[in-house]
Amino acid sequence: MLKFTPEHEWLQIEGDVATVGITAHAAEQLGDLVFVELPEVGATFARDAASATVESVKAASDVYCPLEGEITEINQAIVDDPSLVNSDPRGAGWFFKLKLANPADADTLLNEAAYNELIA
Amino acid sequence: MNDRRSHARTLSLCAKAPMWRRLLDDQTPLLQTPLHDLHIALGARMVPFAGYDMPVQYPAGVLKEHLHTRASAGLFDVSHMGQVLLKPLSGKLEDAALALEGLVPVDILGLKEGRQRYGFFTDANGGILDDLMIANRGDHLFVVVNAACKQADTAHMQAHLSSVCTVELLNDRALLALQGPKAETVLASVNPAVAAMRFMDITDVTLLGAACIVSRSGYSGEDGFEISVPADKAEALAKALLDHPDCEAIGLGARDSLRLEAGLCLYGNDIDTSTSPVEGAIEWGIQKVRRAGGEREGGFPGAARILAELANGPARRRVGLKPEGKAPVRAHAKLFADAEGSQEIGEVTSGGFGPTVEGPVAMGYLPTSHSAPGTQVFAEVRGKYLAMTVAAMPFITPTYKR
Repeated sequence: MLKFTPEHEWLQIEGDVATVGITAHAAEQLGDLVFVELPEVGATFARDAASATVESVKAASDVYCPLEGEITEINQAIVDDPSLVNSDPRGAGWFFKLKLANPADADTLLNEAAYNELIA
Repeated sequence: MNDRRSHARTLSLCAKAPMWRRLLDDQTPLLQTPLHDLHIALGARMVPFAGYDMPVQYPAGVLKEHLHTRASAGLFDVSHMGQVLLKPLSGKLEDAALALEGLVPVDILGLKEGRQRYGFFTDANGGILDDLMIANRGDHLFVVVNAACKQADTAHMQAHLSSVCTVELLNDRALLALQGPKAETVLASVNPAVAAMRFMDITDVTLLGAACIVSRSGYSGEDGFEISVPADKAEALAKALLDHPDCEAIGLGARDSLRLEAGLCLYGNDIDTSTSPVEGAIEWGIQKVRRAGGEREGGFPGAARILAELANGPARRRVGLKPEGKAPVRAHAKLFADAEGSQEIGEVTSGGFGPTVEGPVAMGYLPTSHSAPGTQVFAEVRGKYLAMTVAAMPFITPTYKR
């Protein structure tokens, strides 16, 4: 199941695990990323808590945790090469995997059509 | 969990800027340079800067624009800056030069015709009102000042110089900067005469039939030219330069990362009324003749403090800072002597990512005791204390054609 947040994150949800990244729209607005800071595996976050940081040449931005959960895996590739987020934000540019505390909460997120309408 | 939000801009601000963002707070529309339509046509992302609607980047993006400038030739619109003519009422340039020396700790009398030099207006406390370029144009002086200060600088000059010169802020000329190792190739394709110019020369050059004032100078750390062109000829000239295969349009985002790597100050960030030129490490701009023992010693605002700092050293100094990790450390980050953050000793005034250096770079103020290259200090970033090393500037090797 593919879901989106108004803060421009996407979630690919399988069972109770979501792979999380930022959308192409967000990556384009941020510009070339030069630094990514990811949370630690095992860290837990409330819904909408700041969980990662991205920096473009000019400024830093927070990436919010879209749903309450625990980080089970992080994508070291984007720490080593932040440009992956710009070149492949929905694929190789994923940020982390999140074990959802309440998988049913995903129903409150946007589907792709609703997200596209938001950014139109 | 540290509150990073106070330090960061939220992703939700990424949404496309609505029309209201193009207006100043008081609903006054932003000013436009003569190249405004061209920026839009080139797909620029526009932002407000010093009251003007300016291109921060083009579709290539800040990183590519920065790297292109260091590899080839980049064209910047800097028409928002102030171009001021000082004409001596007596008809004798020395009178204008001596009068302007009353406002800047610089040797202007000794500046030869066809030459330009860096300077700064000081105030009674020895702080800096603006930094600028001053050129000897034979029968008048040509001064270029920062956009945000141009009204105040013009008023300052008028208040102090109008008994000796006319002070005119031009409103009918654009200013372009062409920077990079291919800048000479690109500009010479329009007029070969520019190839003979050396760093800090300034001369009249006809470009596509337009009477331009061209200096071999810039704000990037690369060889290049700054071109004052009549406003109604600016778009045609910019298009002709951009037609050259080596030349690309570059926005203000890359302009900032280029000057940061080159160790150049940004007025309002790295130097301001709270910093003296000696603290700001730009005292090289004060020639011997204006220093203690010189023929025209002092005679500028704040001379007592500035001459004392030249003699005894300043309390603090602007230095280059290289973060030891990958995280950029930006303006306003506090600096500490210790990794625990108990001894606050200074502040970062500019910082970001250096695409050519391939890592973060910054500059800031530290006490003289902590200002030697190699000194380790710590910057507070999002609740952590990140190690940084004092580094000599520039971070890259300039390629000025001296």
